[in-house]
Amino acid sequence: MAVAIPPFETFYERHKDEVMAFLGRRLGRERAEDAFQETFLRALRAYDRLEHGEHLRAWALTIASRIVLDDFRRRRRPTGEMPELATRDERPAFEELAPLTDGLPHKERAAVVLRYGYGLSYDEIGAALGSTGSAARQAASAGVRRLRKEHA
Amino acid sequence: MNTVSTSLDERFRAAAAAEGLLDVAYDLVEDTPVGTLLVGVTDHGVCRISYDADAERELEELARLHGPRVLRSARPVDRLRRELDEYFAGRRRHFELEPDIRVVPEFNRRVLEQLARVDYGETTTYGALAARSGSPHAARAVGTVMNRNPVPIVLPCHRVIGANGKLVGYGGGLDRKVLLLRLEGAIL
Repeated sequence: MAVAIPPFETFYERHKDEVMAFLGRRLGRERAEDAFQETFLRALRAYDRLEHGEHLRAWALTIASRIVLDDFRRRRRPTGEMPELATRDERPAFEELAPLTDGLPHKERAAVVLRYGYGLSYDEIGAALGSTGSAARQAASAGVRRLRKEHA
Repeated sequence: MNTVSTSLDERFRAAAAAEGLLDVAYDLVEDTPVGTLLVGVTDHGVCRISYDADAERELEELARLHGPRVLRSARPVDRLRRELDEYFAGRRRHFELEPDIRVVPEFNRRVLEQLARVDYGETTTYGALAARSGSPHAARAVGTVMNRNPVPIVLPCHRVIGANGKLVGYGGGLDRKVLLLRLEGAIL
């Protein structure tokens, strides 16, 4: 049986600190606050269309990582420079990955970032992307192949 | 530390309500003469007032009845909070905010609509309310409807008593019924 969708309050309380920590590491405190609000407003807009309550953590982090990528892209455009990241964290791989993956197709980018940047399982990523674990695995490896080619 | 500050948390909760994204906004109204109340409002009015609320269970039920976008948010509740303050201070005799009883079953809704017409400081009986609802033999069922009233105080089930003058019962406990009736001057 599908996991019931919890009241939004429960979802929000359960994941807000982790989402904020994630955004803080990527964007720095100040920009993270705007991104935090945008993440949960986006989640709220989509919330009554969810079909089940599984993998909500991965879903929240996927929304947050899309907002981080949007933020990077927005800030990059005028100067063409790489974004300056405010803080280092225990997963520096992500900081290199996030801007590098900008050119990937949407699904591949999300799969690569969530897998290698955040360490989610393929099943979690599949659920977050509305597909399956094996589709997520394929998307991630296609993304990595494409990155190797582009950056060879 | 990257934790969510109180001001950021409140900003998000206010923005969620301001954008009209909530099925139910709820909050606690603390330190009333009848204790802490959990109150919920929708775009259509007040849908929930609970005594001694078990928050987790309340949220599950609100989500089931009204939709999953249930969030604590102070601002949408402010108007009701103010009206309750005035009521408990003896300065308000009826509530401007409409009850939202759209999800209540048909019979219950009919009874609650009649209940809404029982004025401040008055009392009626279960039998009389049944008769006014078009089901004159349903006094006992009316008792059940009162017990399940989703918005006590605003829909004044405390004003319904037994035909023999006994107070009978109250979903929030008889002490609260006595307190509310005394506040309104309906009993000594």
